[in-house]
This record gives sequence, structure tokens and C-alpha cells, in this order.
Amino acid sequence: MSETPPALEVTDLHVSFPSEAGPVRAVRGVSFSVRPGEVLGIVGESGSGKSVSSLAVLGLLPETADIKGSVKLHGRELLELDDRDMTEIRGKDIAMVFQDPLSALTPVYSVGDQIVEALRIHQDLDKAQARKRAVELLDLVGIPDPARRAGAFPHEFSGGMRQRAMIAMAIANDPEVIIADEPTTALDVTIQAQILDVLKKAQEVTGAAIVMITHDLGVVAGFADRVQVMYAGRPVETGTVDDVYYRPRMPYTIGLLGSIPRLDDGGRHALTPIDGNPPSLVDLPAGCPFAARCPIATDLCRRVEPELTVREGGNHPTACHRSHELVAGGSLDPATIYPVPPLPKAPADSVPREDRTPVLEVDGLVKHFPLLYGAVVKRKVGEVRAVDGISFDIREGETLGLVGESGCGKTTTLLEILDLPSGQSGTVTVFGKDIRGLKGAERKALRRDLQVVFQDPMAALDPRMPVGDILGEPLKTHGWSRDRIAARVPELLGQVGLDPDHVDRFPAEFSGGQRQRISIARALALEPKLVVLDEPVSALDVSIQAGVLNLLDELKARMNLSYLFVAHDLSVVRHIADRIAVMYLGRIVELGSAEAVFGAPSHPYTQALLSAVPLPDPRKERERRRILLTGDLPSPADVPTGCRFRNRCPKFASLDESDRGRCREEDPAPTGLAGDHTAACHFAAAVTVV
Amino acid sequence: MGRYLLRRLINHVALVLIAASLTYFLAAISLNPRANFAGRNPPVAASSVTATLNDYNLNPDTPVVVRFAHWANGVAHGDLGRTVTGGEVNDEFARRVGVSTRLLLIATILGSIGGVLVGAWGAIRQYRTSDRVTTLASFFVLAMPVFVIAVTFKLWAIDINDAVGHKVIEYTGEYDPGLTGTGEILLSRLQHLLLPSLTLIVIQVALYSRYQRSTMLDVLGSDFLRTARAKGLSRRAALMKHGLRTAVLPVVPLLVYNVVLLFTGATFTEKIYGWHGMGEWLVNSISTNDVNAVAAVGMFTAFVVLIAGLLSDVLYAALDPRVRVR
Amino acid sequence: MAVQTPSVQPPSQAPAAPGDQPARRRASGRLRLTAVRFSRNRMALFGLVMLVLLFLMAYVSPLFYKWDYTELDFTAFQKPPSGEHWFGTDQTGSDLFALTARGMQKSLVIGILTGLICTFVAAAVGAGAGYFGGWTDRSLMWVVDLLLVMPSFLIIAVLSPLFQGTTWLVFVVLLAAFSWMITGRVVRSMTLTLKDREFVKAAKYMGVPAPVIIFRHILPSMASMLIIDGTIQVGAAIIGETSLSYFGFGVQSPDVSLGTVIATGTPAAPSFPWLFYFPAGCLVLICLSIAFIGDGLRDALDPNSSGAKARAPRTAKSTSTEGRTS
Repeated sequence: MSETPPALEVTDLHVSFPSEAGPVRAVRGVSFSVRPGEVLGIVGESGSGKSVSSLAVLGLLPETADIKGSVKLHGRELLELDDRDMTEIRGKDIAMVFQDPLSALTPVYSVGDQIVEALRIHQDLDKAQARKRAVELLDLVGIPDPARRAGAFPHEFSGGMRQRAMIAMAIANDPEVIIADEPTTALDVTIQAQILDVLKKAQEVTGAAIVMITHDLGVVAGFADRVQVMYAGRPVETGTVDDVYYRPRMPYTIGLLGSIPRLDDGGRHALTPIDGNPPSLVDLPAGCPFAARCPIATDLCRRVEPELTVREGGNHPTACHRSHELVAGGSLDPATIYPVPPLPKAPADSVPREDRTPVLEVDGLVKHFPLLYGAVVKRKVGEVRAVDGISFDIREGETLGLVGESGCGKTTTLLEILDLPSGQSGTVTVFGKDIRGLKGAERKALRRDLQVVFQDPMAALDPRMPVGDILGEPLKTHGWSRDRIAARVPELLGQVGLDPDHVDRFPAEFSGGQRQRISIARALALEPKLVVLDEPVSALDVSIQAGVLNLLDELKARMNLSYLFVAHDLSVVRHIADRIAVMYLGRIVELGSAEAVFGAPSHPYTQALLSAVPLPDPRKERERRRILLTGDLPSPADVPTGCRFRNRCPKFASLDESDRGRCREEDPAPTGLAGDHTAACHFAAAVTVV
Repeated sequence: MGRYLLRRLINHVALVLIAASLTYFLAAISLNPRANFAGRNPPVAASSVTATLNDYNLNPDTPVVVRFAHWANGVAHGDLGRTVTGGEVNDEFARRVGVSTRLLLIATILGSIGGVLVGAWGAIRQYRTSDRVTTLASFFVLAMPVFVIAVTFKLWAIDINDAVGHKVIEYTGEYDPGLTGTGEILLSRLQHLLLPSLTLIVIQVALYSRYQRSTMLDVLGSDFLRTARAKGLSRRAALMKHGLRTAVLPVVPLLVYNVVLLFTGATFTEKIYGWHGMGEWLVNSISTNDVNAVAAVGMFTAFVVLIAGLLSDVLYAALDPRVRVR
Repeated sequence: MAVQTPSVQPPSQAPAAPGDQPARRRASGRLRLTAVRFSRNRMALFGLVMLVLLFLMAYVSPLFYKWDYTELDFTAFQKPPSGEHWFGTDQTGSDLFALTARGMQKSLVIGILTGLICTFVAAAVGAGAGYFGGWTDRSLMWVVDLLLVMPSFLIIAVLSPLFQGTTWLVFVVLLAAFSWMITGRVVRSMTLTLKDREFVKAAKYMGVPAPVIIFRHILPSMASMLIIDGTIQVGAAIIGETSLSYFGFGVQSPDVSLGTVIATGTPAAPSFPWLFYFPAGCLVLICLSIAFIGDGLRDALDPNSSGAKARAPRTAKSTSTEGRTS
């Protein structure tokens, strides 16, 4: 394979943008090459320059960008070409799949028309031929009923379908290179598995080289042949997936691998966070850009930036002054360079679950919305059964992970609890009080014990208020005196690991992870008993995520808190939750202790969900067999009869006709398995998938 | 959907009726048609004035509620009443709508197209000289009250006519009634049309180009335009086919809204250039204490606002596939 | 008049996401940043200087200028501008500079008062309707619809005899009453968006009462939009006032506004052009400076608004690129 010349070869690419504060050096010396049929994964956190590099390859950066270096397609230099010549190459030799398929498709043309356009730019086809080919392409990427769906507009497609259409467009002209920029980031995990499958197929059909850009080390582990890790605008480590995942030699890669919550490493333990934040690309300090966060940085690291070099003749270049010490048998052990914080033991852990008092009990909760149609003329055309009868409880000192894909009703459940409304049906009992009968003062008292942390830390903090006022607001609302507030605020900042002197700073002066810590501090201000966490780490980069997760764990143990942790990411939940509730289409399909649900998943949906989560482990990924679900999540406005999962259920497909009849007609109730582990499936049976 | 539309229509018709009634009351109370007969030579007898006013339902001494009832009864039967000089408001109304249409037709078409083109072009060439010049020019135009623009054009026209030596550009009225030949009449009409059209076009181009520029700028940074380029479309083709097409969509309803509003909004242009359209009527009917005409104009204005709103909503839904009603 | 509607602001967003590193900025720093951004906009700076000069002309120059606006110079009828009469004189021998300065005083005061009232009403009604929803929303929006349908020009004109004998403040109230609705709608839709923002929800779930949320979180979040819109409203009000006054429906004698000064000068303008060009020029300068200031404020206060957003390359999201002055 190394004999074939590379299809795309990028050498020493530099990109900078002018800005108010000075030039932003977004890309600083990127080199990579991909051969036909090969997949290169480029991994990095936000701002690492990975997307800018790909746009530079296609010549799609704004005119203000300053680009230097070399980009060669089959030996032909692209950076010297003018826009007219690049037009010939774009979409024909190099195709691109973008991250957000909704905004990446023109809203006013049908999907079919947009593929026809792509075909007719580069091929001499008449309209009918192109149309026929477009339908074939849609069929190839797995869009059902392609001839009819070709006439649909992008907004009428689901996210997964749109991404399939984008891939169809990308392979329309049989390209040499496909650049996929975070192609699955906006998608749910089961859809992500489908799209990765389609991409694989697209590669088989076209034989193209694929450059896969992502922030998710799990996604590329099983998909890529080689990986390049980027940090602060330049590659810091490159190699085969096995080399990079099993023998990382750059502290950043090591830290990144250690900070990812993994589904497969057996239960709860503290993650190893990388302290600090990525540097600003405007004026980078001298030396290694990672030095400030690196546990093994030396004076040399702070003075001289290391080059990406291959040592001892291998095929595994690393940009680190100390990488020779990090090899097997070297003086440093990659596994121990990051200190692992101890995970404190919660007082509640020693008390059996049934002896602890319940803090939240939800029984048969229902929330239906009227379905309105039309932007100008709104009318009710149906009913969205967002939450359709769910029951669970949370005991003192316990974390319940409520997981499910978008649209499953988890956010509605959370808002129903927080809004303290009268509810449509079912009861919500908080600290033993049914929220239905509550009057003003009692509600306010209840709010003191029930706090919330939202997903987006920027949106959750009023940007116009200094941190002191933000943290003081709940205290002020609940009648604390000025002096007590002034004493409490620095204390809170200290608790979440921030500098207590920063009370008069504004949210914008903090990084994402720090802002989420402020959000947590605000939630804790009144010393609540139950904290509702709505995707609290999904807006953060992995290396930051780990620190916040550790903090949550620590606070829970110290303050004997209970968490309702809502998330879509099963790996994150694996690390924080004692109990798991899996939601699908307004129902909890499986509920039980984390060990039971992850170790012996018994509902076919849970099994598919777990099997779709990629592991940052190339060997395991290659060996795993995915349970691929067909189709998209049905609309909660159009819930199937009987079991609501049946038309996507792999188990249903394997049943005989009489058993299928049962699934079609009878809505399965949660049935007890071992202990308090329940699954709402007529044919629940445990399977090991991780 | 039918029921919804109906409810909305009823609500809107109610709004128009309320607006028209309020206008009638205000006009009937504060305007005094009797003043029109004062100082006539020869003087008109008070009794005959009262008789005339009673005849036209304009007598300020009749209780306003009684006058309103009479007026409302007429309106319900499609009769808008009599003008202060005794003509039918209906006839005057029809004539003036015709005049306004003849004035606005060419001006709005050219103004709309011009506005969209100038705005889109400015956005594409953002911060280059041409964008700066058009932006500055539109700021200038929008900072000028219409009457300043109209009077300035008129003064320029007078200067040009003086320089040439005869009347090339007309600035009063719709046509020259003394002419006979078809060609001459047509030419005269065009000469008369030039200045008011220019005024309206300049204002519309300035306004619409601001809207178009800002929607186009939004589209310029969009992901789908990048996709179109990544497919292999040239910058120009991508801008025209994907960019402009998408950026025009939100502007069209707005444009239609403003164009429809011009029916009573071209007040200054019509008044200053002596076109006897709806806009001019608005000013003249008040000056002449013509209560029924004022009420008619008020009703028409409310109606026009409504139609403009409905039309732009329907267009918005019809043009954009994202909100298209199936 | 319809074409002069104030431009509608896109809902403002959260301030630009700064780099991932903690930037060192303080409250005063934010103000300074706004000032720096504003002063980098040459048009805005020009507008500010111009407006200050115009204010000085209106309020300070009468203190030392030789002629009072009520004085007549019987030795100079319709004289062109000179050292004696800076803007010339009219047919009665009044000094045009003194008249213009006096007219500007009134026009500026009316514009600013109207802008203030209008912004206040829009903020109160819009935020209330948006936050409380339900019947509050429906009834307030019905009032907005009604006022939009009402022929505002007509009604103010019809009522103009009413404030002839009393005070021009009635006129201000009427002008404001018919110009807050669009802004009110914008405020309402922004409130709807803000209501779902997490920091507002967080306050709600903390138990903070609704009025406190509106004044502590919601209105401050749209302060920049309100400031910008208020500025534009001042310009629109001045245009509205002068237009009405031009036709005699606005400021009534003995009060003098720019509109009445221009109206008096227009008939003689073909022969004595200064009678029109000087006061009209001052009017245009006022509106233009206000428009420039509004535009500069938008860039400075709301760097994420559509214009500034499109300027920054989407790929380098940590910083926005070059300033306006490039």
C-alpha cells in the first residue's frame, strides 16, 4: 500500500486571518498525505485548526485568509491555481461533506435538484439522465423510496437523511478525495453509526481517499487507518491508529485518551482531566503551545516549540521534546504522567438503596403538546406525545442518568419537573410533596432544594452580570442578607475550583469549562438536595469535560447531593450515574442500576444504543459487530401501535409471526428482571454488547 | 385552515371597521365644512348653506352619532357619501385610485428591481468603494423627508428647463390637457411621469437595497453557499443561483408590503407634483373639511395596510418551501 | 410617509464569544470597547460631531447672533446670504438663519421626546406581552394591530386644529402614539426568544418573580437594540414632524419648526433658492447625522448583528476580523 503515490499531499500549510487583536494563526504547519482507499483521521478540539486546513485544501477560505505552503492533488499544486481552475477540481476530484447538513443544503431547492446540479457541473448529462443518476445515488446511500424523496426539500429530511444526501452529492462525480468535516457531530449516536456505515460504503464504491475530521477519538478509532492529532494549529502526533491509541507519545494525546469517558472500562472512576485551556491563536507564547497544560513540561518546552519529527526511524512522528522518554521502556510511563484525582466516597454509598429516602418520585408522568402546522397559518393537526407515561425515582445521594436520543422526551421530562406545573396526568413528588397541591410559598421553598444546571454555560449566565451577582441572585431571591451573600459567594467559587477573587468578573472572561463551574456554583448556592443537570458537559471539549465530571462527582459525595443527569452520551453517563433510565419516544424502555443496564442490557433499543457508541480502541472497534437500527426515530406525533420500537427493532425482525403480533398489538409494560432492573419489552433478554 | 383564515379575516375586517369609524368620528368632530362657505362672493345665505350641508350629511350641528349612522348605512350599501362640493365620493375615489395606479406602476417595478440589485451588489462587494458609495447614497436618501427630495427635484427641473430654454421636464399634473395627437399625448404623459417616478424610485431603491443588502450578507456567510462552491460552482454561479435566490425570499414579502402601502403613502409626491391621486386626496380632503372624503381615505388606508399584510404573508408562505402550506 | 418606517433590528445575540482563554475585561472596559469601536467608524464620528455642531447652532447661536427670529429687517427683503444675514432673508425681511435655528430647536426637542416616549412604550408593551403571553399578549398585540391599521398621518392631520391653541406637546404624544408599534413587536419577539434562554429560565427556576426577571435580565439584554432603535426613532420622528408641519398639520404658529420654515420658503424657492436649500439642508444634516450615529452604535454595541457577523470568517470563530475602517 505504501507503494501507491498519495492522492492528496499537504505540506507545511499555514493559514492566518487578520483580526482586531492581530493575526489569528489558525493553521501553523500542517502536513499530511492520503493514498487512494486510505482513511486519515484528523483529530483535535475546537480551535485546533482542523477545519480551516480542510477548507484551505479546497480553496474555500475567505479572501482575507493568508495561505502558505503546498497542497498537491496527484502531484498537481492546487494553491497556485486560480478560482476558475479550482472550480474544475472542487466536487469532481475533491468532494466535501460538511458538519451540519441542514445549513449546508440550500433550503429553497429540492434535494434531488441539488444532486442533479452537482452531477451536471462536471458531467455531460441531460436533465433526465442526471435525475436518474441522482435517484440511484440516493438509493445507494440508503434513502428509502429515493425517486419520491428526491423531490423533497432539505427541511423535510431528518438530520441523518440530510447527511446521507450530502454524501450522495459528494460521491456524485466519483471523487479521488472525500473530506468529511465532523460528518456525524450533529447526529445521534445510532444515526452516527448508520452514517459511518454509509461513508464506508461510499469509499468502497469510489475507492476515494477519505480525510475524516473530528473531535471524537472514538469515531475514528474503527474507521481510520491513520490518525493525526492536532493542537493549537499544528499536528502534534501522527501514526497508524494502533500506534497513536496504544503507544501515544505526546502528552496531549495521552491526556486526551485519558480524559475520554469510555463505555468499556468498567464503571465509575475519576477521569484524568487536562488542566487549563487551549492557548489563544492570536499571540501564542514561545515554546510548545501545550507546555502550560503539560504535566511533564521542562524549561526547554517553554522556550522552543518542538518540531513534528520521527524518532528512531519509526512511522510515528511526534512533536514533543520528551517523546523519546515516553516510549515503551523509557523513563516516563504514559499511563502515570497525569495525576488521577481520587474519587471521594459518598456517605450514601454505604447505605443500601432501599433504606435511603426518595428525593424525587415520578409516577406515570404524561406531557402531550398540540402539534401545530404552518408558519403563517397555524392549526392543530395532531398531538405530540413527548412524555407518555414514565415512572422513576431518585433516592438520596444517588445519580440517575436519563439517557436517550434527541426527541425522546428527556428534556420535556426535565422541564416538567422544574416547572412544577399541575401536570396533565401522573404525579411528581419532590421530597415527599406532591407538586400539584403546592401554593406560592411552598413552591418557592421547594425551588430552594431543587436546582438546575443547563447545557450551554454561556447561555445559562446573564452576560451582563458579574459573577458575584450571578451567584448572589438565588441567595437574594430567597431572602439572604447582603453580608451573608458577600461571605457566601467567594466560598462557592472556591468550592468549584475557581479563584474566589474573581467575583467582579463577567462570564465572558471565563472559559467554557469555568463558566460551567460557575453554573454549578450557582446551583449549589442554596445547598439544595437535588440538582437537575441538563447535558452539563456536552458543550465542552473532552479535555475540559473530564474536570467538570470529576467536580460533579466530588461535590455529590461532599454535599450528599442527588442528581438527575440528563444526557445523550452514554459514555458520560457510564462515569457518573448510579442508575440509568433509557428513554425512547416518550417512554422509559429500560431502567436499572448502571451495572445492570450496561452489563446486561435487555431491551433491544438499549442494546442498539450501546453498540452504536464508538470506543476509542481500534482493535475493539474492528472486532465489534454493530447492531444497526434501520430508519430514524419516529415522530412523537405519530407513535406506532403496540410496542413503539417495533418497526426499528432488530429483535422484532427475528421473531416469528405470532410473536410479532404481540409486539404489534400489545404495548409492553416494564417487566422486572434481576433486582430492580426493568425493561419494557415482551422478549427482554440480556446481551453483552460492549 | 379555512376556519383559521376566516377568523383572521373577520378580525381584520373588524380592525378596518374600527379604524374607519374612529376616523369618521374624529373628522366629523374636528372638521368644519361650514367654513368652506364663509367669505364667498357673493355670500351664500346661511339657510341655504345649512340645507346643502344637510343634503351632504355634513352639517356640524347634526349630532355626530346621527351623521355617523347615516354615513355607516351608506357605506354598508356601498355608498361612501357626498364630497363637500356635492360630488359622489365613490366617483372621486375610483378616479383617484386610477391616477395613483398610473403613477405607481412603473415606479414600483423599477424601484423594486433596482433595490434588490443594488442591495445584492453592495453585499457582494462589501466594504469596497461601490458598496460604500451606494450605502452612503441610501443613507442620504433615507435621511431626507420625501418633500425635500420632491421639491429639490422640482427646483433642479426648473433649472434644467431654464438652461434648455423650453419645458423639457414637466412638474405639475399628469398630462397637458391641451394636446390632441396620440404621440404628443403619450410624450406629454411621459414628461409628466418622469419626476414623480424618479422621486419614488430613488426612495424605494434606497430602502429596499438596505433590506436586500442585509439578507444577502447573512446568506454570504452561510454553509450552503460553501457547499455550492464545494460542488464546483464558480463563485458567481453560486452567488446567483443559491445566494441571491435565497436572500430575495425574505425581501419579497417586505417589498410587496411597502409597495401596497404606497397607494396612500405617495402623499408628498402626488401633492407636490400635482397628481390627483389617493395620496393627494388625503391632504386635500382635510384642507377642504371634506369629512366624507377623509373617512373614505381613512378606510382605504386601513384596508390597504390589511391587504399589504395579508398579501405579504401569503407570498412568504408561497415562496419559501420551508413554510409552504401543503 | 410609509416608506420612512424605521428599520427593524434583527434580534441581538449574546456578545461575541471570546476566545477560550479568559480575556481581561471589566465593566468599564466594555464601555471603553464600545467607545473605541464607535470612534473607529468614521461615519459615526462624523455624525456625532455634526450633530453637536447642529445643536450648538440651534441653541447657542441665538445667544450672540445679531438677529432674532421675530425681528424683521426692512432694508433687506429676499436678500441672498451675506455677512449680515448668514442664510439670507425672506420676503418679509426675516433673517433665515435665526428662523432656521429656532425651527431646529423645536424639531430637535420634538424628535428626542418622541424617540424617548416611543422606546419606553415599545419596551414596556413588548416585554410585557412577550413574557406574560396569553391574554395580556393577545390584547396588547390587538392594540398594536389596530394602531398599525389606523391612518396615522390622517388622524394627526385631522386633529391638528386641536393643538393649535394648546401646546405642541400634544403633537409629540400623537407622533409617539403612532410610531412605537413596530419596535414593540420586535421587543416582543426578542422577549419570546430570551424567555427560552437558559439564564432567564435559571432565574425563573430560582424563584425570581416575573417583573424582576423582566427588569433584571430581559430588558438589559436588549438594551443595545433599544438604544439603537431609539436613535433611529428620533430621526424618524423628526422626519415625521417636519413632513406634517410642511403641510400645516404639525407645529402651529406662533411655534416655528423646520417644517414650517421650509414650507414658507418653498413657493419662492425657484427664484430665491436659499429659502429652501438652507433649512432643508439643515434638516437633512440632522437626520443624516442621527442615521450615522445609529449605524455606528449598532456596530459598536451589537458586534454580532448581521453586518458584523458576516464580516468575520466563520472558520476562525474565536475572533472577528478587521474593523470597519479598513
